[in-house]
Amino acid sequence: MTWELKNDRPIYAQLIEQIKLRIISGFYRPGERLPSVRDMAAEAAVNPNTMQRALSELERDGLLYTQRTSGRFITEDTGLIEAAKKALAQEQIDAFFQKMRALGFTTPQTVALVESAAAEEVR
Amino acid sequence: MDTILECHGLTKFYGSGVCALNQINLNVGRGRIVGLLGPNGSGKSTFMKLAYGLLTPSLGDLSIAGFPVGPDTKEVVSYLPERTYLNDWMKVRDLIAFFRDFYTNFNEAKAYDMLSRLNINPNDRLKTMSKGTKEKVQLILVMSREAQLYLLDEPIGGVDPAARDYILNTILGNYNENATIIISTHLITDIEQVLEDVIFISRGEIIMVSSVDQIREEKGMSVDALFREVFRC
Repeated sequence: MTWELKNDRPIYAQLIEQIKLRIISGFYRPGERLPSVRDMAAEAAVNPNTMQRALSELERDGLLYTQRTSGRFITEDTGLIEAAKKALAQEQIDAFFQKMRALGFTTPQTVALVESAAAEEVR
Repeated sequence: MDTILECHGLTKFYGSGVCALNQINLNVGRGRIVGLLGPNGSGKSTFMKLAYGLLTPSLGDLSIAGFPVGPDTKEVVSYLPERTYLNDWMKVRDLIAFFRDFYTNFNEAKAYDMLSRLNINPNDRLKTMSKGTKEKVQLILVMSREAQLYLLDEPIGGVDPAARDYILNTILGNYNENATIIISTHLITDIEQVLEDVIFISRGEIIMVSSVDQIREEKGMSVDALFREVFRC
C-alpha cells in the first residue's frame, strides 16, 4: 500500500483516512505494532510532527493505543474496527447518492440502477 | 513554544539605500521544518545570511538559542549557502576532513553513510561532478553537523526529481527532533508535504506565517497554489 496525498486538503486529515483504511482492510492487523513515527513519516514523505498529530487523533478515537515503553499498537477491539468500517462505507454511499442526485437521479432510480448493475456483475 | 530563532525589528539596508529587510519580527520554534517562501529578491537569502552572521543587521536584533548572532551561535547553526564556497579541486574525502577539523559537531560517519546511499564516490573531485551531485555533496556536509538550526538556501534547485525525493527523505531521516530546519525555495510542490510551517516574505516584509495544514484547511488549496495566487505577476 502506498501513501497518496492530495494537494488541496490538510495532510494530517489524509493521513488519518489512509491509516484507517489500512486498519479496516487488514493491512495493519488488530494488535499489530506500528512502525515508529519517524519511520512512518519517512515512508509517507511527510513531516514527523504531522504524522504524530494523525496518530494522536486515531488514538483518541481508540483505533490505536500506546504502551508506554513498547510503542504504538492497533486496537484489538474488532468491534471498533467493524464500526469504523461501517462508518466509512456509509460515507461512500452518501457521497455516491449525492453525485447521482447531481446527475438528476432520484434515490429509488439510483437503487434500481445499482441493482441491475449488481445483477449484471453476478452474471 | 521553545524558541530557536527570534528577531525584533530586524532591518537590513544595503549600501545603495536598498532596503532588503524591513522591520521583521519572527519567532521560530524548535523541532520544526519551516519553509521560507517568496519571489526573487524578496529578502530570503539576506535573512539567512543575517541569521548565520555573514551580514550584520542595520537595525533591530536577532538571536539564536538565546544568544545574539555571533561566535556563540556559529556552533549551533549549519548553513547551506545558495552558491558554493568550496574549492572544486578538492576530493569529497578531503572536504569531509576539512569540515571535521572545522566543526566540532561534524559527524563524519553520518556523512560517509549518506554519500554511499547517494552513490557518490568519496575519491571524486568536486570539479568533475555535475551541478546536481555538487549540490548533494554540499547538503550532506551541512546536514552531517549536529546543529540546532539548519539554514538551507535553495537546497534542491539543481537535482532531478527522484534525487529530490531522496534528499528530502535524507533530511527527514537525519535531523534530530529538537533541531529546526529553515528551507528557502521556489520548488514548493516538491517540499510542501515535508514542511510544517511556512513564512511568506515579499519585498523585505513578512506577509504571512501559517502552518501548511492551516492553509489547506482554511483556503482549500495547496501552499503552492496559494503562493501563485498571492504573488501573481
